[in-house]
Amino acid sequence: MDREPPRFKERHQLPRAEHLFPGTPLCAGCGGLESLRLAAKVLGKEVVYVNAAGCFTNLATFPFTPLDASWLYTTMGSAPAAAQGVRDALDVLIAKGRLPREENVKVVVLGGDGSTYDMALSSTSGAISRKLDFYYVCYDNEAYGNTGVQWSPATPFGARTTTSPCTIQSPVGATQDKKDIFEIWRAHKPPYMATVSPRFPLDLEEKFVRAAGHAGPKLFLAFAACPTGWLFDPAHTPDVARLAVECGLWPLKEAVDGEVIHTYLPTLTPVEEYLKLQGRFRHLFEPTRQDAAIRHIQERVAFYWRQVRES
Amino acid sequence: MNTDMMTGNLAAAWGARLADVDYVPAFPITPQTEIVETLAKWCANGDVNARFVTMDSEHSMMTASGAASATGARVFTATSSQGLLHAFEVLYTITGWRVPLVLVNVSRALASPITLEPDHNDVLAARDSGFLQMHAETCQEVLDSILLAYRIAEDPRVCLPAMVNLDGFVLSFTREPVSVPDAEQVKRFLPAFRPAHLGFHASAPQALGTAVLGGATYSYFRHQMHLASRNAFQVHQEAAEDFARAFGRRYGLLESYRLEDAEDVLVMSNAFASKGKVAVDAARAKGRRVGLLRLRVVRPWPGDAIRQALHNRRGVAVLDQNLSPGLGGILYQEIAASLYHDKQRPQALCSFIGGLGGKNLSEGEFQSIFDRTEQAGVRGTGIGPVLLYTEAEHREMEQLQFLAHELKTRG
Repeated sequence: MDREPPRFKERHQLPRAEHLFPGTPLCAGCGGLESLRLAAKVLGKEVVYVNAAGCFTNLATFPFTPLDASWLYTTMGSAPAAAQGVRDALDVLIAKGRLPREENVKVVVLGGDGSTYDMALSSTSGAISRKLDFYYVCYDNEAYGNTGVQWSPATPFGARTTTSPCTIQSPVGATQDKKDIFEIWRAHKPPYMATVSPRFPLDLEEKFVRAAGHAGPKLFLAFAACPTGWLFDPAHTPDVARLAVECGLWPLKEAVDGEVIHTYLPTLTPVEEYLKLQGRFRHLFEPTRQDAAIRHIQERVAFYWRQVRES
Repeated sequence: MNTDMMTGNLAAAWGARLADVDYVPAFPITPQTEIVETLAKWCANGDVNARFVTMDSEHSMMTASGAASATGARVFTATSSQGLLHAFEVLYTITGWRVPLVLVNVSRALASPITLEPDHNDVLAARDSGFLQMHAETCQEVLDSILLAYRIAEDPRVCLPAMVNLDGFVLSFTREPVSVPDAEQVKRFLPAFRPAHLGFHASAPQALGTAVLGGATYSYFRHQMHLASRNAFQVHQEAAEDFARAFGRRYGLLESYRLEDAEDVLVMSNAFASKGKVAVDAARAKGRRVGLLRLRVVRPWPGDAIRQALHNRRGVAVLDQNLSPGLGGILYQEIAASLYHDKQRPQALCSFIGGLGGKNLSEGEFQSIFDRTEQAGVRGTGIGPVLLYTEAEHREMEQLQFLAHELKTRG
């Protein structure tokens, strides 16, 4: 497939205008917030953010909002349905001449992994199938973060959360592999979908620019390194976000009409480096090293990239 | 104005059509389906200039409804029973958005055991959601109530969503003569929806449904909803007067049937009230001074009007077509609370539970209700909750139980 040449080759080429301003109640070092800030640079301010219950719900706390765009808080399970209602109403009102065309806004769902991977799956599936013209941005911090870091279907194998504790009987922590929401989305054949990491801002913003060229569902899975939940110093958010990509655990890719392209080929550093940065994996190394669990994680990564190379 | 024979469901669809709605998010559930089928057809053939979309659940349907209304569209939707409960979280969410959409609920008893026939545990479960509620007795009233509901809900003094209730099967699939108002006259009664406070515009961003910190902020917004709901009394009166002038039919918060000289009063709601009226006529023919009070607007709760209607009565029977297990009838409780401070309250307030899952209310049962209410009034103490169940029904149930046992034990 022919792809357009990238617009952003250097950081100074990125849009300078900010649409997400400092002073939010979110945690220091929130990787999800950095993804949103970068995305908003491309999305602009003519947007209505349709929010599902999660960490980002705290962004708009009466009477404050750090965004210069509109905001609608919905529920945990139905933000994409609200996006449907807003989009349809805008279209109807514009068609009937009751809303000037220049007042149109983009509809952007903002949901965490808890909402995205499980509770809102039905409403997301419905919205994609109906070819709704909207953006979906999932900030994936791999746990129910806002409620105090409980296990979610996005939690990776081996991570310790408050509901996948590490015990003598179950020393690994989370025993399920992370649900592959990307492939679930892809089965719906949306025109555009991508994974992003805020540590790769050129890649991230490029993808939002490319998405804008597609009518219909535009889905983003944003890596959201979470100092509070993953137990690392907030200063290390960029390192965690970089290593997640470099070790191969967080592939940067996009799919146009279902066809997958990897937008960055990682060096595939050992996963250990990435795991050791975070308290949630500490039990895999101390007091005794859990080789089988670490090997399982490494093998999953190797399997994934072997498949990528063979395809 | 022409009169047609139509079902309650078709009357509901006509209500939406005459209200000139912009958007209809839908999800099918028996016995509501004819409403969405009809609107799907009308939206497709241009009779209604609205977008119709089938959502993935009632939860999504109500969310899309609220969101579209928050964007500035006039929205209509309909559900029933389990569907209403599936959307329950969203009912509360969107009343907080202060969006004046209209939802028709076709009452159907709740599972388990699962059934298709009506009672009011579904709609009354939503009584604390902030939705205004109007309960219809006839197909005509279904259509009229939808027009009234938009007019009241969209009034700047109210700005709350409204629910119009009709009984499944008994009304939804029963044909009655319905006078269809003239569309131009409806436009005068119900002006176009141009909300000043709603909409997501590029030039004027706004945040809706935001988080609050602290009980005082939360309470402020909840108090606002309560006060707005209470404003609906005055707005209802104005709308009902305009409606009567335009279309010749007058609706009150309550309907009084042969109440003027009634000693004992039966309180009912929805379509089974028609059976109650027949029973009142039969009792009157035998010389008893009884009447019926039908609850029509259930939210806001018309406590003052109920108090006045029941002043100085001897016995009052509240026939609840719902059951709060472990408590009794829901409407009985609300009426009792309304009467507590009234010095001229009835001598006795009796609670009867009937019509669950569409169970018939027989002549004999009504007679028994009148007898026992009169006795209670003379005695000065109420009774209940009395669970209405006839001997014939009991015998039939025993046969089913016997059969179930036989099938289980003999394979």
